[in-house]
Amino acid sequence: MIKGILFWVIFLSLCFSTLSILITIYRCLKGPTASDRVQALDVLGINIIAAVAVFSVFLRTTAFFEVILLIGILSFIGTIAFARFIERGIVIERQHSD
Amino acid sequence: MVWLYLILGIPFLFAFLVPVLHKRFTPLIHTGWFVVWIPLLIFGILLSTVPTISSGGIIGLSLPWIPAYDINITLFLDGLSLIFGLLISGVGFLVILYSIYYLSKHKEALHNFYIYLLLFMGAMLGVVLSDNIFALYVFWEMTSISSFLLIAYWFEREKSRSGARKSLLITVFGGLAMLAGFILLTMMTDTYSIREMVHSLDGIHSHTLFLPAMVLILLGAFTKSAQFPFSIWLPDAMEAPTPVSAYLHSATMVKAGIYLVARFTPIFGGGEVWFWLVTGIGLMTLFYGSFNAIRQTDLKALLAYSTISQLGLIMSLLGLGSAGLAPEAGNAQAAYALAIFTALFHLVNHSTFKGCLFMVVGIIDHETGTRDIRKLGGLMHIMPISFTLALIGCLSMAGLPPFNGFLSKELFFTAVLNAGEISVVIPVVAWLASVLTFVYSLIMVFKTFTGQPRVKSGKQAHEAPLGMLLPPMVLAALVVLLFFFPNVLVHYVLAPAWAAVLPSLARENLLTVHVSPWHGVTPELLMTLGVIILGGTLYKTLKKWVKLYRTYPQSLTLNHIYETALELMESLSLSLTKRYMTGSLRDYLIYILSFIVVAVGGALVLAQGIAFDPSHDAAFSIYELALLAGMVVCAITVLLAETRLTAIIAVGALGFLVVFFFVLFRAPDLALTQLVVETITTVLFLLCFYHLPKLQKETTPLPSKVVNGLLSLAVGLVMTLVALSANGNPLPESIAGYYENAYKLAGAKNIVNAILVDFRGFDTMLEILVLSMAGLGVYTLIKLRMAGGKENERS
Repeated sequence: MIKGILFWVIFLSLCFSTLSILITIYRCLKGPTASDRVQALDVLGINIIAAVAVFSVFLRTTAFFEVILLIGILSFIGTIAFARFIERGIVIERQHSD
Repeated sequence: MVWLYLILGIPFLFAFLVPVLHKRFTPLIHTGWFVVWIPLLIFGILLSTVPTISSGGIIGLSLPWIPAYDINITLFLDGLSLIFGLLISGVGFLVILYSIYYLSKHKEALHNFYIYLLLFMGAMLGVVLSDNIFALYVFWEMTSISSFLLIAYWFEREKSRSGARKSLLITVFGGLAMLAGFILLTMMTDTYSIREMVHSLDGIHSHTLFLPAMVLILLGAFTKSAQFPFSIWLPDAMEAPTPVSAYLHSATMVKAGIYLVARFTPIFGGGEVWFWLVTGIGLMTLFYGSFNAIRQTDLKALLAYSTISQLGLIMSLLGLGSAGLAPEAGNAQAAYALAIFTALFHLVNHSTFKGCLFMVVGIIDHETGTRDIRKLGGLMHIMPISFTLALIGCLSMAGLPPFNGFLSKELFFTAVLNAGEISVVIPVVAWLASVLTFVYSLIMVFKTFTGQPRVKSGKQAHEAPLGMLLPPMVLAALVVLLFFFPNVLVHYVLAPAWAAVLPSLARENLLTVHVSPWHGVTPELLMTLGVIILGGTLYKTLKKWVKLYRTYPQSLTLNHIYETALELMESLSLSLTKRYMTGSLRDYLIYILSFIVVAVGGALVLAQGIAFDPSHDAAFSIYELALLAGMVVCAITVLLAETRLTAIIAVGALGFLVVFFFVLFRAPDLALTQLVVETITTVLFLLCFYHLPKLQKETTPLPSKVVNGLLSLAVGLVMTLVALSANGNPLPESIAGYYENAYKLAGAKNIVNAILVDFRGFDTMLEILVLSMAGLGVYTLIKLRMAGGKENERS
């Protein structure tokens, strides 16, 4: 385990990331339009990336690095899906219209 | 003595052959000619055992059926079984002979008829020959089923079907009660064999199960033998062809209950409850049957009520005779025991004259086209032989000399006079019933055969062919012969049967009887004279008092009560089903969830399993609390969301937070999977979104909202309690230590993956299967809908 000043740094940054996650959730729930919420969800993903990274340092493990990459990819895909949905009404278009 | 198996086996085996023979020979020979020799063969085999049986021997045989459970087809032939066996095969032979002339080989489905009849005959022989009570029950139900088939032989008629249904409902009800009684009896005596039960009677009368077993078995006997108030199926069973009525509903099946009571008399008899149940119900049936027979206008219905009445007579005699087994009877034991003999004697007599009468009615029906007394009359000169036969049968039924009914009626009076010491009601009711019996016997013979021919039917009435007359002639001859030479039958057949019903008295040589037509001027003779005088007067003044019957309200008849009860049960169950099967998923979920709450929560409380033990719990940190708060907020948002998109986004946020929990609790593989699945689920929700209607503000009424809320809170509470208690109670040691050797055992550094594909690979395989099936299912749903979409829309 990490001792000394580094512990407090990590502790504080985890606290801040948790705080920002909660604030983002507030926006996600409150957000007057769907776009606000989708953006909040995107920010939530990025916040979780940061939190997981800090936590990995705290645990001194590399086991969660894949999670970080995956959140990056998926939060991108999710945001694109929501964006397409809000703009066009559907997520995947058919090849030929009938 | 393998012959006994032959007796039981032949009817069943030959039933398979009947359709083949029928198909091959139909236009040439009546199928009945192939069948008729079977009962004759059985009769012959049974006759050959008479010397053994009459000298006190018993023939027993056992064929393994389910030996592991000690259920075997054990046959044993004593006097009682022999009487019934002879009746079944003898009357069976005559009835089949009669049916050959009665049923047309061109118009009727004869193969059905003879298959059912042979099945019935085999089953009935099985009932009377079985020693193992479960085999007895199996044959018993077979008689119910084959009787059902025979009653509905002309199944295109509405009345046949309803009569068959009624008889099946009532007799199977009784049969099931009897099975329950049998099981109780085996619990008391610890054996399945009736013979062994008779020998192990110690303490059985004081056993707590004694009374329920007795009542249940009697229920079976009373329903089968059409005793009051279960007699209603018998008149309706008259829709069957007349040979069936003659065979089943006068000579054999309705006597299965008599057989049962006689067979179990050594076990149950001697107590007051048995005495009053059997005697009381018997006397009530005797009176009820004879009272109702008078008002009938259909000859077969008259005979049906007469059968009910005579069965009641036999039943009451069996009850009276059971007093002979009571220890307090003392010196009167032999006198009471005579009633049992009378019951057996009348059993034989009744089969002879009632079979004869049914066949005569069949002949009348066949030759004139009607069975209605109001349309018949003046047949004496047209059908002299039938008239003679009917006269013999009816006078025997009425209890006049020189016919066998006289002998049993005199003995009956002796028995009831004897029982007058117990209660004065018994002889009075019995005598009144005899008067009524006399009246309807006169009605039957004189209204049909004397007077002027009334309504002409389409047919030109004439005497029946000889083949049709022969069977009733044989029976009528027996009626007369038994009057003049009763002691042959008594000595060879009835005495051993008597000894079989009362084995304890037989050992003391108390059972001796000599039947004679004339025994001086006794009270019995005076009673008979009274019957003739009063009965004759009543018959002469019939027109004046028969109107009395019309004053009896229709709503109080047993049939009406039965119909109303059936309708009531149907409507009740229908309304009950409609009440809880609402078709609404919400209601079913409420049932399921409340059941979970009650069962799981109740079990938790009853087993006193609620326990909290925080000592093993890990300390929690501030991040977990913060994440928990976020999850709670998300969950509440899903509940309260006004638009569907908000709900989907909130669910997505919830999923991301769970991912973070997995990270906190150090489960990288779970976190990865959860992430991907969560994202895909969200995308799938969005895919469906387009096709869904707008999320509407549901206008749920407040009460159901309250119910929903309370129920969901209760379920959550119960599950939380269960989880906490599971943690609080001592747990067995974890097996995780074993998997920590993953590298040594499976060459894997990732324990989770090693478990998934190595230690417990089967689960993974099946989950892959689940995924494939889900994929295929989705594909099929979409493709099939596209292919059949238009047709569906049209319909």
